[in-house]
Amino acid sequence: MAGAFEHPFAVYLRAAMIPHIWCSGCGNGVILNAFIHALDELRMDLDKFVVVSGIGCIGRTAGYTNVDSFHTTHGRAIPFATGVKLAKPELEVVVISGDGDLFAIGGNHFIHAARRNIGIKVICANNFNYGMTGGQVGPTTPLEALTTTTPYGNVEHPFNLVHLATASGATYVARWTTLHVRMLTMSIKKLLQRKGFSFIEVVSPCPEIYGRRNNMRTGLEMMEWFRKASVIANFSDPAKAEITPEKIVVGEFVDIEKPTYEQLLYGKIAKIVKKE
Amino acid sequence: MGGDKAVLTGVHFMSGDIACAEGAIAAGCRFFAGYPITPATEIAEHMAARMPEVGGIYIQMEDEIASIAAVIGASYAGLKAMTATSGPGFSLMQENIGLAVMTEAPCVIVDVMRGGPSTGQPTLPGQQDVMQVKWGSHGDYEIIALAPSSVQEMFDFTVEAFNLAETYRVPTFVMADEIVAHMWERVVIPPPENIRIVNRKKPSVSRDDYMPFMPDDDLVPPMACFGEGYRFHATGLTHDERGYPRTQDSEVQTRLVQRLCDKIRKNADKIVRVEEVMLDDADVVVVAYGIVARSALSAVRRAREQGVKAGLLRLITLWPFPGKHVAKAAEKAKAIIVPEMNCGQIVREVERAAKTTPAYHVPKLGENPHTPMEIFAAIRRHG
Repeated sequence: MAGAFEHPFAVYLRAAMIPHIWCSGCGNGVILNAFIHALDELRMDLDKFVVVSGIGCIGRTAGYTNVDSFHTTHGRAIPFATGVKLAKPELEVVVISGDGDLFAIGGNHFIHAARRNIGIKVICANNFNYGMTGGQVGPTTPLEALTTTTPYGNVEHPFNLVHLATASGATYVARWTTLHVRMLTMSIKKLLQRKGFSFIEVVSPCPEIYGRRNNMRTGLEMMEWFRKASVIANFSDPAKAEITPEKIVVGEFVDIEKPTYEQLLYGKIAKIVKKE
Repeated sequence: MGGDKAVLTGVHFMSGDIACAEGAIAAGCRFFAGYPITPATEIAEHMAARMPEVGGIYIQMEDEIASIAAVIGASYAGLKAMTATSGPGFSLMQENIGLAVMTEAPCVIVDVMRGGPSTGQPTLPGQQDVMQVKWGSHGDYEIIALAPSSVQEMFDFTVEAFNLAETYRVPTFVMADEIVAHMWERVVIPPPENIRIVNRKKPSVSRDDYMPFMPDDDLVPPMACFGEGYRFHATGLTHDERGYPRTQDSEVQTRLVQRLCDKIRKNADKIVRVEEVMLDDADVVVVAYGIVARSALSAVRRAREQGVKAGLLRLITLWPFPGKHVAKAAEKAKAIIVPEMNCGQIVREVERAAKTTPAYHVPKLGENPHTPMEIFAAIRRHG
């Protein structure tokens, strides 16, 4: 790879893992692009950086990023990351995974990590369905949407992820779509600079698996939906930010500080070790 | 951190759960993640009190799935890590036990066995998980499992479990039961210099040359940890020596899974431990493990007093199974008696190893282990 024409971001990627597995029109590449831009702009120490993913299309991100990385079992990225962060709190630990992984099978881990305010950073690609397994209903699938397991229309109410994250105790919460590349990059930079449990939902197109069953056959059509429906409203009430066909509220919802789990825990340990 | 506090050298009166926790700390364990469950809770409670004294981490996770996931994470970040549970929690851990096997994460898992299936008998002993520990996760793999019979062994075997986990990069199990866990006995904790400690092999090559799953001659790859500058990848998917997913490549799958099995199988002679009592001339061999082995020893002695040539083969290592030792003991024996607190699990392995010598299972379910008289009666009946 070395040479005059090496891509300036080559250092951030494992070239031998490319080509990636993602479909044309998928938003995961946009998310990875924004993530790498954020790493580059912040000049992060890549030797002290860990990316953890669960299972799903976006879960392959851990393998593509050229840092210490781990691809866990389905839903378990957050508790794995919890072990890493507590063992070596000096590491920056980022979880990049999907809506099904983080909020269905891994939902319990998400709310408890947010409650503890452990300093791991979570980026969720929300594509409204299980893409890798061929497009089944998930915890963020809109009502009435068609998926392979809701052939007559979805009758489950979806999660409002930013509301869930806020209620669970996350100290930084934002939502963007893959249309909002600059805001997303800016937001990831903030996420990486915050101390506590931080969360970004990225609404992401899945035309091949989700869109084509729901009158959005191409990535462009899905992006067109994001463009028409998105309303930027920073620090609005996350409880009122449900995603509907007509409206996707994007922006930052929470940006507060409170002691992190590892600060409190290591503070206790220091006192006890000293007393001994 | 916490050097002189880490090994409580001296003579103590302890419960098995506490001895297990102290063994872990003496072995260098500095990370415990768990979830309360009878009869293993006291291990977590003792760890919660002791870990901060030695600069270690205790975290109570939201469930056992999270506990084992956090343990694997801490192991990859460089700490010796452990969790402790019982039947229902052990079942929940199975998927990520497979992840620990596949990613070769050294870690120790204590299963204090109680009566099952399901919620079963939370406060009473069992030996019903001895096949689950070998076969509980999906896929094909080998692990190491030890069976303590006393509170002293809860200390000693937990130390040994960490050494084995670090040596072979494999999840290693302490298969205790409610009795050895809750019983209080004398425990001697040696001075630190008399406790053998093994740490995982580290890579000796540069980042550019490091392949995280390239084994040495012993089939075990040296292990870099997160934050050490190696920038490596690990995955539960079938992967090549670089750690890269190769899910469509049957050659890679064969090479990887066969090595994961072989690193235990081909080192089995170094791993396996048994205790042999009066086996040289034994006509009747009792094969037992855990708390039941203590009743079995008493029964064998009684039989000898009455002129019956009985002997005891106590399995310290349940997995890899000490098949060679069973086969050798079976050569001269007329019968093998296998008392277990289940409906017949390890007896199947004994039968495989014993070949033509008949093996008689003596089941026991419920409240107590076999009495010496019950095992003695089986010796008389089949001897």
